[in-house]
Amino acid sequence: MILKGKTWKFGDNIDTDAIIPARYLNTSDPKELAKHLMEDADKDFPSKLKAGDMIIAKSNFGCGSSREHAPIAIKAAGIQAVLAKSFSRIFYRNAFNIGLPIFESEEASEKISEGDEIEIDADKGRIRNITKGEEYAAKAIPPFMQELISSGGLIEWTRKRMKA
Amino acid sequence: MTITEKILAAHCGRKELSAGELINAKVDLILANDITAPISITEFKKIGAKSVFDKDRVAFIPDHFAPQKDIKAAEQCKLLREFSREYGLSLYFEVGRMGVEHALLPEQGLVVPGDLIIGADSHTCTYGGLGAFATGVGSTDVASAMATGECWFKVPESMKFIYYGKLNKWVGGKDLILHTIGDIGVDGALYRAMELTGEVISSLPMYARLTMCNMAIEAGGKNGIMAPDTVTEQYVKGRAKREYKFYSSDKDAKYVEVKEYDCSKIPLTVSCPHLPSNTKPAAELSLVTIDQVVVGSCTNGRLEDLREAAQVIKGKKVNPNVRMIVIPATQQIYLDSMKEGLAEIFVNAGAVFSTPTCGPCLGGHMGILAKGEKAIATTNRNFVGRMGHPESEVYLSNPAVAAASAVMGRIAVPDEVV
Repeated sequence: MILKGKTWKFGDNIDTDAIIPARYLNTSDPKELAKHLMEDADKDFPSKLKAGDMIIAKSNFGCGSSREHAPIAIKAAGIQAVLAKSFSRIFYRNAFNIGLPIFESEEASEKISEGDEIEIDADKGRIRNITKGEEYAAKAIPPFMQELISSGGLIEWTRKRMKA
Repeated sequence: MTITEKILAAHCGRKELSAGELINAKVDLILANDITAPISITEFKKIGAKSVFDKDRVAFIPDHFAPQKDIKAAEQCKLLREFSREYGLSLYFEVGRMGVEHALLPEQGLVVPGDLIIGADSHTCTYGGLGAFATGVGSTDVASAMATGECWFKVPESMKFIYYGKLNKWVGGKDLILHTIGDIGVDGALYRAMELTGEVISSLPMYARLTMCNMAIEAGGKNGIMAPDTVTEQYVKGRAKREYKFYSSDKDAKYVEVKEYDCSKIPLTVSCPHLPSNTKPAAELSLVTIDQVVVGSCTNGRLEDLREAAQVIKGKKVNPNVRMIVIPATQQIYLDSMKEGLAEIFVNAGAVFSTPTCGPCLGGHMGILAKGEKAIATTNRNFVGRMGHPESEVYLSNPAVAAASAVMGRIAVPDEVV
């Protein structure tokens, strides 16, 4: 899987209230949630996004609540991947479970600037910064998580297992 | 092995387990609320299972935007109600019988020592106070487990915390955990089990143990856990609805890190905006004026928490510039508060005494902050916009500090009031 897109940069400890404020959790409609992605940090953020853009963050991305609305809103807004130094553990499993590609790379998180165009080779764990002409390594995705992704998420994985 | 490894091993039919392994384990109880269950229901239906794995082990608790705050919230609560009826769930808690989930389930004896519990709510880690492995997951994890009774886990490394020494006056579980988060940071225990031990923990009553484990997630922890003992036995005896089992860590259990705290040096502690790790001694914050005080939540909405707040505010008045909102976490706590006269103390002081709800903690309803307003709350998070407007601020404290602050109209310590 090759993912290519422009980047938006965020800092440390981006919590799920920042990603999608709780006041919008009276719905789980992905389109509705996507309209409010990161709006407390930047009200116009959803309208600036283009399909295929990526989020680059520092450490502990997605900390706070267990709301799956956070990765859902990111995905529905057209973001195709999130790259960070580290992820909070619930966000990490939620992203895999719903099929939002995420990558951990300290180097990429440091060196990519906002607006850089990057290309991620998900299978090889390589990140190429097209704008800067640099290349970084992402942490390998554990085999079980790869199995989840290739099944099409946890629900499909469970469905197949129950049939077997 | 550690207590965490032992409970996980027991739930996947293994004798030995070590940190880093990926396992599929059987769960004893699954829970979700009115925000997270709607997605679980949609995803569960995609699996195509005819029934849930066990009708008595899936708990749906509408507590976040309930009593239903608006039409959309009402629709979400309706989904839970209808699914529970259709699939015959015995653990659906309607408004009037519900409470804040993490206070309700231990109180009702529905989570017990030795359990493996998952919940589509990050504060599911609360039940570690009972000596259970409990962790927050997403709605899709819950959907899958509702069908199979199983969930995947990476066995976490364990981090040991030892608390010793004499607690200072008014200092309790909340101060200990805020101090710990302040020390290690909001990702200081990322992916790890936080095992809380030591003479101070052994002497802590159950409500304070639940408060401490509740906030393990605020340090990034997968779970918080304490070895069950006589205090645990006293608490679960007569209320446990299932058989329970006490596990404890072996002497040669492996820990990735050990932290020790001399509790005599831990002051009344407040987390300042906008991270739970941004802690300061309460006594140093007397220049911070406040507009609102909230006593309640899954962190500090238990009867003993309300007693602490009442002890401070009894016979006093809430400052004219302050709104104080007290929310007992369950109907039982509400009733007990009435019988003990706590409700009367709060109302006489000029505070609101509300029906159980998570409400203001997550900026849902029942006490939202306007632009520029400041609150001190016994809740668990103070992120930007957590209780309302993105330009409002939340300070986190124990119930006694919150009550003292309500009287003074600024952040205050109880001895200034009592």
